[in-house]
Amino acid sequence: MAGEGAATGTFLRIDGVAKRFGDTNAVDNVSLAVGRGTFFSLLGASGSGKTTLLRMLAGFETPDVGRVWIDGEDVTEVPAYRRPVNMMFQSYALFPHMSVAENVAFGLRQAGMPAHERVARVAEMLALVRLDGHARRKPHQLSGGERQRVALARALALQPKLLLLDEPLGALDRKLREETQLELASLQRRLGITFVMVTHDQDEAMTMSDRIAVMEKGRVLQVGSPAEVYESPNCRHVAEFLGAANVFEGRVVGSRNGCAEVQCGEGPGLLRLPAATGLDDGSAVAFAVRPEKIVIASAPNAGANSLAGTIEEVAYKGDVSIVRVRLGDGRRLRVQETNTQRGVPAASRGEEVWLCWRPEDGAVLGA
Amino acid sequence: MKRGHAARTAFRLAAAPLVWLLVLFAAPFAVVLKISFAEPVVGQPPYTRLIEIGSAGWRLLATGANYVLLATDALYVEAYLNSLRVAATATLVCLLIGYPMAYAIARAPERWRNPLLMLVVLPFWTSFLIRVYAWIGILSTNGILNNALIALGIIDDPLPMMNTNFAVYIGIVYSYLPFMVLPLYATLVRMDLTLLEAAADLGCRPWQAFRKVTLPLSWPGIAAGSLLVFIPSTGEFVIPDLLGGPDSLMIGKVLWTEFFGNRDWPVASALATVLLVVLVGPMLVLQAVERRQEQG
Repeated sequence: MAGEGAATGTFLRIDGVAKRFGDTNAVDNVSLAVGRGTFFSLLGASGSGKTTLLRMLAGFETPDVGRVWIDGEDVTEVPAYRRPVNMMFQSYALFPHMSVAENVAFGLRQAGMPAHERVARVAEMLALVRLDGHARRKPHQLSGGERQRVALARALALQPKLLLLDEPLGALDRKLREETQLELASLQRRLGITFVMVTHDQDEAMTMSDRIAVMEKGRVLQVGSPAEVYESPNCRHVAEFLGAANVFEGRVVGSRNGCAEVQCGEGPGLLRLPAATGLDDGSAVAFAVRPEKIVIASAPNAGANSLAGTIEEVAYKGDVSIVRVRLGDGRRLRVQETNTQRGVPAASRGEEVWLCWRPEDGAVLGA
Repeated sequence: MKRGHAARTAFRLAAAPLVWLLVLFAAPFAVVLKISFAEPVVGQPPYTRLIEIGSAGWRLLATGANYVLLATDALYVEAYLNSLRVAATATLVCLLIGYPMAYAIARAPERWRNPLLMLVVLPFWTSFLIRVYAWIGILSTNGILNNALIALGIIDDPLPMMNTNFAVYIGIVYSYLPFMVLPLYATLVRMDLTLLEAAADLGCRPWQAFRKVTLPLSWPGIAAGSLLVFIPSTGEFVIPDLLGGPDSLMIGKVLWTEFFGNRDWPVASALATVLLVVLVGPMLVLQAVERRQEQG
């Protein structure tokens, strides 16, 4: 089993892992494969089990059932201090009684690295995170961003095969967080280390990750690239957790011009989905349309799905406006318009409009 | 106006402990210090005045003879050294017993911590004197401990435990253990436990993580607990008097004898003054070390 994993480029494999705390399933039968050198994110709200899963990779929790393989080795029973894995903690967990250099050197000293090598490695790590001048400071003398970088340097100093990051940017303010997102992602590509990050921030996961696993209630709902999970969510929860979504539910009533036709309630008439979705006549279907895929028009578009409605609210955000439109049957849709022309509002309240989107912009959701 | 108001409030707040310190420590100590430079006389009060005002103006009568006596008489020097030795040993024993206790309470499930702390503090609800007397009942030749050991067949003849240094150590460790446990607990319970996970993550086995992270971080608690045990046990009088033998020479006992037995107030005052200097010295050193650590 282990050899097979290595052959297919799978670096980390989680196989049927579950963990209960009291009577809640913190992690419920999760299986995942993470490729070597991937930036992988576990995305979910608090209580989704993402942190418990990460702690199992670190060795702080043991799964009740299931196995964990890292680089072809079954590490399920291996204690944290013997795993080739390092973690960057949400609180950073810097040792307050040690200087920055001592914090970074901690793991190296523990591994018995000779002093001259250790000094060189610490200097290298501090240069990597641009903290060269801060080696002798104590953690309490650093800013939040600097502490975050010390934590990163300390976790990378041992050159782990796998770096775990628990909400690594959670404690930073917004501007610093956005800068650090790109910095961390480029650092990961440069070092080629496999990163597994836990986050509740979909924006952060999308910006940084190669692949994202969306979790809820201890289960993995969907795994895919940021574009896959955003454009082709497989269930309503994923669609609504990553950005906003207008979800339609209905029944397939036929097909025409290579499109499946869906009857959604009484109001909007037939809506079209691409036929490639392979839906049988009469089957129930749900699909999501992202707000930015919908165009506001003054007349229906023959090739697209078109629904008539009245603009209820317009939230102007500068680059874009978020428009809420009420349809004839009382259903409300969220539409995002880009403000491409200076001084020309995308829409105004009370206006009667048509909402149009191409059939292929509807993403069919699983049960 | 607002600033003036804030400054006045700050002054009033600072004034309370200042007044407390002046009235309850500085003033009595000034009296003791004054008497320590006088000579004993038979009379009321039993010491000479420091300043004599006669027809030829005033004359200073202060004498350093009491301090010279303390420095040269082997009895006093020995009593000081013995007190420090006993207090240091008792402090160490308190630390060795108190640290695991504090650690266990701090790491116990949260709902257990307060009941366990209550148990540590519970002895304070009985008079200190009564608790020390109780040890006589336990340690004496015909006491509970000897009878129990004989009944169990472990010993044939009662062990002489009362009126020994052993009994003094038992008394001090028993009486002052809570003063060690409480500050240690306060330090340990505040510690961020993710630091231990970080240490494990970086390759530390549990005991290495304890040695490299927990122990250094509990230093403030160790220092506070040790001072709280060491200082009062150095001057301890009741415990060596009740449990110790004639040879358990401690400065508190000597002081009591000088004061009430020999009615030599000046020597007793000098003894007290020197004791204070001996105890304040290590505290100042400790503070200086801590300040340097913070800056480093």
